[in-house]
Amino acid sequence: MNIVVLVKQVPDSGSERKLDPADNTVARAAADNVINEMDEYAIEEALTIKEAQGGEVTVLTVGPESATDAIRKALSMGADKAVHVVDDAIHGSCAVQTSAVLAAALGQLEYDLVMCGAEATDAQLSVMPALLAERLGIPQLSGARKVTIEGGTAKVERQTDGGYWALEAPLPAIISTWDTINEPRYPSFKGIMAAKKKPVETKTLADLGVDAGSVGLATATSKVLDFAGRPPKGEGVKVTDEGDGAQKFVDFLAGQKIV
Amino acid sequence: MAEVLVLAELNPAGGGVRKTTLEALTAARALGEPSAVVLGAPGTAAGVRDQLAEYGAATVYVAESADIDDYLVAPKAEVLAQLVSEKSPAAVVIPSSPEGKEIAARLAVKTGSGFLTDVTEIASDGTATQVAFAGATIVHSQVTVGTPIYTLRGNSVAAEPAPAAGTEQTVDVAVSDAAKQVRVVERVVEQKSSRPELTEASIVVSGGRGVASAENFSIIEGLADSLGAAVGASRAAVDSGFYPHSFQVGQTGKTVSPQLYVAVGISGAIQHRAGMQTSKTIVAINKDPEAPIFELADFGVVGDLNTVVPAATEQINARK
Repeated sequence: MNIVVLVKQVPDSGSERKLDPADNTVARAAADNVINEMDEYAIEEALTIKEAQGGEVTVLTVGPESATDAIRKALSMGADKAVHVVDDAIHGSCAVQTSAVLAAALGQLEYDLVMCGAEATDAQLSVMPALLAERLGIPQLSGARKVTIEGGTAKVERQTDGGYWALEAPLPAIISTWDTINEPRYPSFKGIMAAKKKPVETKTLADLGVDAGSVGLATATSKVLDFAGRPPKGEGVKVTDEGDGAQKFVDFLAGQKIV
Repeated sequence: MAEVLVLAELNPAGGGVRKTTLEALTAARALGEPSAVVLGAPGTAAGVRDQLAEYGAATVYVAESADIDDYLVAPKAEVLAQLVSEKSPAAVVIPSSPEGKEIAARLAVKTGSGFLTDVTEIASDGTATQVAFAGATIVHSQVTVGTPIYTLRGNSVAAEPAPAAGTEQTVDVAVSDAAKQVRVVERVVEQKSSRPELTEASIVVSGGRGVASAENFSIIEGLADSLGAAVGASRAAVDSGFYPHSFQVGQTGKTVSPQLYVAVGISGAIQHRAGMQTSKTIVAINKDPEAPIFELADFGVVGDLNTVVPAATEQINARK
């Protein structure tokens, strides 16, 4: 069972995240950059499947040089090797363009499964499995809270409001996972040391046969025109409960014509 | 006037049109004349035409096939792409559910278009408003390639009636084998609730770590029911096992934008703010006066939720 896990480096949601006024793209230098938290669950699930069924786990990322940190994290958890697509021309790409780059990179890898987190904490689109499934013509099993691989079939519980949908599809397939699926392992010291020796292959757009003019800010399928900080909220009212807190709360609701 | 396709999101089996669909029809009017698209198993469109017409659908395209219901997402994107190629609409507007976003993405690839997700407003020139980074940044964006596709976040636009003809038009459906790869074997409902759906509710009452136990969430539910509200939970509460994950509000859960959001026993970590910051009015109840949630709150009560919330619930019920 060969599994490719898609990993994205994102600005840490705990730090102040900004757009860069120069070109309205994510200001990566302004924040701490970390592996997308949700991807760790996908890595854990991939490692669990590999441990049970054999095979290899490959990490694939598209991102700037600095994204090697996210790759190392995945390798130190136990992934076997990595492919890092780095090319200045990719800067500012939209999701549609990024999916074309990922699809080209996947085209050069052998896989039974592609896995990724169910959303990235920066853009929160949750569309990469759909985009890649469309491009690659493989089944999309997104939003999983449980994954079972039996023979050539993937069975997934897709998390829904108040329950789940049981999905079934033949391999190869792409699966995205929520944080309800498992508890990601912490890299061990041994894992961290071993990760330093694991192969990381760097590829450019030319290596993938992708036209540099088809990606990047200039040809993105959507663009940010402008952005602004949310206007600060007016000072709210804060009362301390001295037996009258509930009354004041209800009075506030009444003032808002809610009750 | 230019035609704008609006994908109708429906409640399960005979439950009518979802509020998000009426909001999408309303938002679509900025761009042209909306037509609704109803996709589903045979019988899906029965009883929804009138409501779609009332909210501005000049035409209601009906594509019914068991295949649409039996396989995940791909068949809907395929039928919608077929309609886009036949009708050359000015834009496509889809309610922003997980499925809606996935349909938008596949449609974008199929039609060579750009798409924008979770928009909160659409202007007549096609510019959309989005909120980024936990609601801290407001962004204006445009699709620059193909037929613009938007997914509209629930509760962002107030649904307003605008009666139109709602002429029903049947669409022939032939779902390809390529779109029939992921079979939906079963749809399982684990928690039945009479409360409104989180992302659609006009009032949400959420509990956090401060609620302290699963049993104690009955306090949150009591207040929610007195207000006709949905119940939410912070990640800390979900991780502690107090409440199921499908009710989680925040970065890795739902994003809500109700008229009123009541945060009870929630400190207001960035993870949580990400999911509720755009609520119109925010009330916080927390015993820690320094809790960051108070920075967001229009009204805050520093106090013990175990006394304040039941007392407030009783007073609200008494006013009815």
